[in-house]
Amino acid sequence: MDLLRFITAGSVDDGKSTLIGRLLYDSKSIMIDQLAAIEKQSKNKEQGEIDLALLTDGLRAEREQGITIDVAYKYFSTPKRKFIIADAPGHIQYTRNMVTGASTADLAIILIDARNGVVEQTRRHSIITSLLNIPHVVVAINKMDLVDYSQDVYNNIVIDYAEVAKSLGLKDVTYIPISAVFGDNIVEKSPKMSWFEGASLLHFLESVEVDKDINLTNPRFPVQYVIRPQTDDLHDYRGYAGKVISGIYRKGDAITVLPSGQTSTIKAIEHNGKEVDEVFAPQSAILHLEDDIDISRGDVIAKSDDLPKTTQELDVVLCWMDNKPLVTGNKYLLQINSRVVRSVVKEIEYRLDVNTLQKTEATSAALNDVIKVKIKTASPVPYDSYSELRENGGAILIDETSHVTVGACMIQ
Amino acid sequence: MSKYSLDYLDHLESEAIHIFREVAGQFERPALLFSGGKDSITLVQLALKAFRPGKFPFPLVHIDTGHNFPEALAYRDELAKTIGEKLIVRNVEDTIKAKHLTEPKGKFASRNALQTYTLLDTIEEFKFDACIGGARRDEEKARAKERIFSVRDEFGQWDPKLQRPELWNTYNGRISKGENVRVFPISNWTELDVWNYIRREKIELPSIYFSHERDVIDHEGQLVAVSDFIKLDPTDKVLRKKVRYRTVGDMTCTAAVESHASNIDDIISEITATKTSERGETRIDDKVSEAAMEDRKKNGYF
Repeated sequence: MDLLRFITAGSVDDGKSTLIGRLLYDSKSIMIDQLAAIEKQSKNKEQGEIDLALLTDGLRAEREQGITIDVAYKYFSTPKRKFIIADAPGHIQYTRNMVTGASTADLAIILIDARNGVVEQTRRHSIITSLLNIPHVVVAINKMDLVDYSQDVYNNIVIDYAEVAKSLGLKDVTYIPISAVFGDNIVEKSPKMSWFEGASLLHFLESVEVDKDINLTNPRFPVQYVIRPQTDDLHDYRGYAGKVISGIYRKGDAITVLPSGQTSTIKAIEHNGKEVDEVFAPQSAILHLEDDIDISRGDVIAKSDDLPKTTQELDVVLCWMDNKPLVTGNKYLLQINSRVVRSVVKEIEYRLDVNTLQKTEATSAALNDVIKVKIKTASPVPYDSYSELRENGGAILIDETSHVTVGACMIQ
Repeated sequence: MSKYSLDYLDHLESEAIHIFREVAGQFERPALLFSGGKDSITLVQLALKAFRPGKFPFPLVHIDTGHNFPEALAYRDELAKTIGEKLIVRNVEDTIKAKHLTEPKGKFASRNALQTYTLLDTIEEFKFDACIGGARRDEEKARAKERIFSVRDEFGQWDPKLQRPELWNTYNGRISKGENVRVFPISNWTELDVWNYIRREKIELPSIYFSHERDVIDHEGQLVAVSDFIKLDPTDKVLRKKVRYRTVGDMTCTAAVESHASNIDDIISEITATKTSERGETRIDDKVSEAAMEDRKKNGYF
């Protein structure tokens, strides 16, 4: 049994919460007491059926306003897979929350209301999906019950969306016509849409191949912590603890430590307390080196024949996440995996309209703005391009005075 | 499946180890909040994997309400001894006396809410900057929204509207003086994931998790253990039942479930088949209002 993390993008009106409720309900992940609680609330709302959307809105303010504000994580399993849903809000004023949810997703479900087709919001969600480089996209064309389960409606939306996907370079797009309210094509194929030849949504989620999304070719190991027991029997022990974020490491591999450039060879590898010959992404491990060199938290151990780039000048697509605006020339801490360096946002090249992809001139950025910037760092940063290796191309900006995370960087 | 495919438990385990090491790398004085329940026992197992052969870079800290199951306390002491790590215990009883706190009244008077005072005092006493806890997002809907690194102000309060964005696997543990961070390495685990992991890793648990005979009363469908900490009404009928616990909290606010499951396999079968959530079945304290947990967390609770 493996693991799939996905995000659902859409607003309440698209039936996003209803879809999640339906997946949880039909996969029997909802318990009687939880159901009783939402039944009670559904009656408060004077609706005939139980309102599956109530399952996902966790905060009082969300229930009061009937909207999703923050990302909620939901879990369900089938015999084939464990699923982690990042349930993110769809409104433009919560773009940063969707970016947050998208950052760890293997797959995005983009909901389209069959009556409305591709709208501004669809484009925005697709642009964010593409910026965050989510490997798989499912376009769920919802509310098919309200368009008489019409194949023509479905076909027209597929044609429209294919344009969007092409312009954004989305690679793996799958279309599924559904009705979340009635459960059509959610778990079982719907007899009302016998014209549809694809799999049901759940079946697709169970079978989409995600193993291949894990990069096993470019080995990167950010050091998190140095283990030095300094006891009598282990006084020479020095282990570099971290997670293999990509690639495979084997005993005897020639390695280079970045940014210092020192080289050595892997003497031993420990995984879960046992010595092993190799470790691979995303395993956590301890590496031992032949030579006694200076390595500390924030350094990257890479294989010498495949080094990441190291620089002090970064081109970055940045999503601004703070209420206070970004001002060029301001200094921030930049954190990429375990490495934290001081940095300054040198210049803003342009602002990207997340509804239209249009680029406009900008000198500052406000909450939820997506901009292209140049960042200079106080010391070198080993990195990969985000579009090639997500695990080593994403960084956050931290305000040094408030300590808040203010930006998400996709390094170009 | 290629030989480089991982089982979902391996993914969850590696993620949790990574989080533990981020705590070790980012904080000066972390602590692991240990209750003797299965979730915090799982945390200890993950910490062993993250830091051995080194010592834990933090002590285990138990906030003892005085209403704990004796089996859980015995397990706690034995575990700390076996792994050779430091255990700090602070008692709610002492806080009540020192601060003249008022104990809640009523039949199932629970010190659950008072724990927060002792926890905050303990954080201040040891200047802890990060407290690692075993909370899971599947437990409750307020928790479903909480970050893995959850920043609390000097009063321990959680502000759900002012949470930091948490992107990729990059955790921002920077805080101002007086603030601290609650860290939840098993946020993405479900109850069943924890049980499956306990089975896979052959982790020993306190005996109350397995079927045993106990005197209980039936309180609105929930079985509550007869103990010195609850007041029986004359109408209460004491029943002798075969029960086990699904969660381990205070004896006053944790209900047992009828069960003959005497080993992990049987427990997993029962949980897989069950139709009631963990907190719904066993927590008496969550039913007060729709937002009970959200409110308690805002006030400094785990």
